[in-house]
Amino acid sequence: MARIIVVTSGKGGVGKTTTSAAIAMGLALRGHRTAVIDFDVGLRNLDLIMGCERRVVYDFVNVINGEANLNQALIKDRRCENLFVLPASQTREKDSLTKEGVGRVLEDLSQGFDYIICDSPAGIERGAMMAMYYADDAVVVTNPEVSSVRDSDRMLGILASKSRRAETSAAPIREYLLLSRYAPERVRRGEMLSVEDVQEILALELLGVIPESKAVLTASNAGMPVILDRESNAGRAYADVVGRYLGESLPHRFLELPKKGLFNRFFGE
Amino acid sequence: MSANFSQHTTTGAPQFELKARTFTLPLLRLFGTDMEAVARQLSEKVAQAGGFFHNAPVVIDLKEVSGAEVAFPLLVGLMRGHGMIPVGVRGGTPDQNSAAEAMELAVLADGRSQRPEIQGAGPPAGSVKAISAIEATKLVTKPVRSGQRVYARGGDLVVLAQVSSGAEIMADGHIHVYAALRGRALAGLKGNQEARIFCQDLQAELVSVAGHYRISENIDARLRGRPMQVYLEERTLHIEGI
Repeated sequence: MARIIVVTSGKGGVGKTTTSAAIAMGLALRGHRTAVIDFDVGLRNLDLIMGCERRVVYDFVNVINGEANLNQALIKDRRCENLFVLPASQTREKDSLTKEGVGRVLEDLSQGFDYIICDSPAGIERGAMMAMYYADDAVVVTNPEVSSVRDSDRMLGILASKSRRAETSAAPIREYLLLSRYAPERVRRGEMLSVEDVQEILALELLGVIPESKAVLTASNAGMPVILDRESNAGRAYADVVGRYLGESLPHRFLELPKKGLFNRFFGE
Repeated sequence: MSANFSQHTTTGAPQFELKARTFTLPLLRLFGTDMEAVARQLSEKVAQAGGFFHNAPVVIDLKEVSGAEVAFPLLVGLMRGHGMIPVGVRGGTPDQNSAAEAMELAVLADGRSQRPEIQGAGPPAGSVKAISAIEATKLVTKPVRSGQRVYARGGDLVVLAQVSSGAEIMADGHIHVYAALRGRALAGLKGNQEARIFCQDLQAELVSVAGHYRISENIDARLRGRPMQVYLEERTLHIEGI
């Protein structure tokens, strides 16, 4: 049985798709059969971030409507044979997603996959509700600023009350916080919320902190999940995230400004 | 009230206002339930008092006959026969109160406690009808997230984790938050003025007791970070440390 992970936030533009792509690739590279699904009907971009936008024939809505089967719609990633992408429809309406339809597709996928990542759209409307309804785990992506934190808090309330686990009084969804676009210099200057500030309000298990990084834009332009950029801080941070999700105990990096001591000044970094 | 009949009354000019006022009324403290004996004593008293009791509203105190069956129809008839106007009872057991209500007598506050007997979060001995009596306190152990609403109907609310900004917690009784309170808290929702709000860290957007409220802007920011209580006194909201 697959573990269903929803990557959600409430607020838009905080890094859900970037995170979905990175975590999906990370899990697949570790040998787990992974599918990542774009739930943003009409505003799809997972296919762009994954670099498979020119190979889309059938999409999620086609499968729900029975116009195609999963094998026809799933796109195999060229870099990793364990990773598959189910793109969203760009032309259909959001109403095309139904609870039963989504349930059936996830049920089918569960047969052959270890992890299913649901990339949620922003907001708390239908798309976001569908993406989180069947989740076992939730990665709540938050930027260290007040409106993102409040929206994430709202989303947590919804996860706790409107998911299938909540409705059937099953064990609750495991919630994780992923703090993205973190800039230690701005935190030091008091312009940005610190990890502690965010934790005080959200009180969630911290899955990881992704530093603000130019590599994210570069990677998305190249149609490549940023976790593949092993030189970048963001890529390394996402690798840590996948490790922590799988149970490894890893210290949080990139929270502090690098200290330039005298030794480093002479002998370089 | 001005009788200005040329004014429009349909567009909202008030026809009356309701206010709370205190009146001192004679109290008939009943010691026994023998109505014939009561009748004899009543005749004597009224004769002695001259016209004092004529058309006087009188309250019947039942504390000394607690548990006994009082023949209210007889008693009321006796009192009316002497010109008294029995208006209510106090200090009675639930059964006695029901019987009194059947005679269209009001059930008034027990003189001992200052609180009206129907409301109140703590159980005053022997008053409140068993059915609607103190319902179980509502206990919440997880954080109350933004957008969530919790209502403790008929009782108190206890929250063991933080209440986020954008959340709304309500209770007919008291509200206790053993963590930071950042959302809106409304105690005494049905009008219980004795209700209070307690929290470990007051950062609320709005606090209210029995409809009297104060918003965050008017709560001194220096009060943050320590256990606080909010209560109503003389119709003014007080916010103080515990």
